[in-house]
Amino acid sequence: MASARLQIPPRVTQGDVFKIRLLVNHPMDSGFLRDIDGVLIQRNVIRHLLCTLNGREVFRVEPTTGVSANPLFEFYLRATESGEMLFRWVDDKAYIGELRHNLVVEAANASKPSGN
Amino acid sequence: MMSPVFSRRQSIAQLLKTVLAASMGTFFSGAAKAQVDKLTITGLAEARLRTFEEMVRPYVQNQELKKEGVSLSLPMLADNGHMVPLSLKIDSPMTDAEHITHVYLISQRNPVPLMAKFVLGPWSGRADLSTRVRLSGNQNVIALARRSDGNFIYDLQEVVVTEAACVDNG
Amino acid sequence: MQSIASKPVFSWLYLLVWFLAGVFIASPLSAQQRNIALDKLQSGLDFSGAEVQSLQADEFANPGNISLDTGNKLWSKPDGKSNKSCQSCHGDIGRMKGISARYPAVDKASGKLFNLEDRIRQCRSKNQKASEWPYESDELIALSLAVTSTSRGMPLQAQINGAAKSHFENGQRIFTTRQGQMNLACTNCHDQHYGQKLYTDPLSQGQPNAYPLYRIDWQRVVSLERRLRFCYTGVRAEIPPWGHSDMRDLSLYLMWRGQGLLVEAPAVRK
Repeated sequence: MASARLQIPPRVTQGDVFKIRLLVNHPMDSGFLRDIDGVLIQRNVIRHLLCTLNGREVFRVEPTTGVSANPLFEFYLRATESGEMLFRWVDDKAYIGELRHNLVVEAANASKPSGN
Repeated sequence: MMSPVFSRRQSIAQLLKTVLAASMGTFFSGAAKAQVDKLTITGLAEARLRTFEEMVRPYVQNQELKKEGVSLSLPMLADNGHMVPLSLKIDSPMTDAEHITHVYLISQRNPVPLMAKFVLGPWSGRADLSTRVRLSGNQNVIALARRSDGNFIYDLQEVVVTEAACVDNG
Repeated sequence: MQSIASKPVFSWLYLLVWFLAGVFIASPLSAQQRNIALDKLQSGLDFSGAEVQSLQADEFANPGNISLDTGNKLWSKPDGKSNKSCQSCHGDIGRMKGISARYPAVDKASGKLFNLEDRIRQCRSKNQKASEWPYESDELIALSLAVTSTSRGMPLQAQINGAAKSHFENGQRIFTTRQGQMNLACTNCHDQHYGQKLYTDPLSQGQPNAYPLYRIDWQRVVSLERRLRFCYTGVRAEIPPWGHSDMRDLSLYLMWRGQGLLVEAPAVRK
């Protein structure tokens, strides 16, 4: 099963603030609804989702039953360093979902010519 | 696997229940308005709308709260309460000295008042966010942001949530 | 002596008779009376609110995308005793282009009318020798969506002649027959009152061009069959069991009725 979709700019330059979009495969069962046979569907929502860059947390969201199924999260990040981005989420059933992305941050173009 | 088909008896019983609840609702007196409808009867929404105070107090406590700097964007009329696009923009330099630390999305009627909590910092660069929320009936939604100085700013928007005419459990 | 045909008034009559004969003979066998003219056909998207339209238009975050990604993965996943994937026999999924636009279609072997889900289920058991995917299961719907998405933008072109004719006629009968406690026929709402509101709900034409689609109210991707069964609930009619031929016959009629509408996949509706 597909776990998540990530949209991130293919190139980012040092100092840029860029947008990240993450669409996660999760039913976010609220525990309030019943299935077609009238049986209550047990609650199972993502407890937390975090994004780390080189092991450092750069984004966290703690959704509740109030977030839609197959949740979408859009947030921003300032480009400071290249490295491994890890998206990791845990739900009520202690299932761990993960998505990795290799972030490449290019050096900003030097606008001043060197020397005189 | 057959879907449940409403019998005439069930339909009449449901109608009577709704009429009874609605008439009870008109007699309800108190600081907060009561809204009785199918969502309330089935336990999917609170009968009494939360007050503004009840919604923000758990987070703001004794800190300063101002309605500024936050721009919450939701449709005025949502097609369906299961998936309502929500986005917000916050005016903040997001520097080490001055940034947003947390953003709370709070519902007035959902069974669970807090819809999501976001943790940000100067590394975020921008305190703009988007997601999709569930809204259980017509209500106000609050986006509450905590600043690095400990004070809070917010925005509020009213959303009307329409429902399908044909009702079923799916 | 002048022949009767050479008299002016009779030669006009002669021409008229031949013209009318030509009209009737040249008309295709399927020229049924259309309640909604071909140029008045509208996708359900036209009756959807702005949010639903933008959710569908979002190439990245369309809520049906997760199921679509799953379906595309399933296409190349070997399964069953055969240890073959769909790809092993069919090649790249792109080769499925056009198929969903002409379904449901008659299965030559059994003579039954198959919708796309039936075809996938049969392929699994007969050719892949794999376990049965129940109706409306996540995997079945995901794969059906993935196959349908290859026909995105193509016009509906279901065949209603030959072996399909009796199925089409049964579908037409169902569409125009009142049923249920509410004693309503599909045509009463979807031909006669589309564009008007049922409470706050705008009525669409009930077109099939966007199925399987993500229905926000059910928080998942659903098949046309599931949606039609819900229509039965809506008029308080007894719902046929899953896999019933009536649902397929009705689907075929709907495809003809919506002929020319473009396939949308993955679509979103409320």
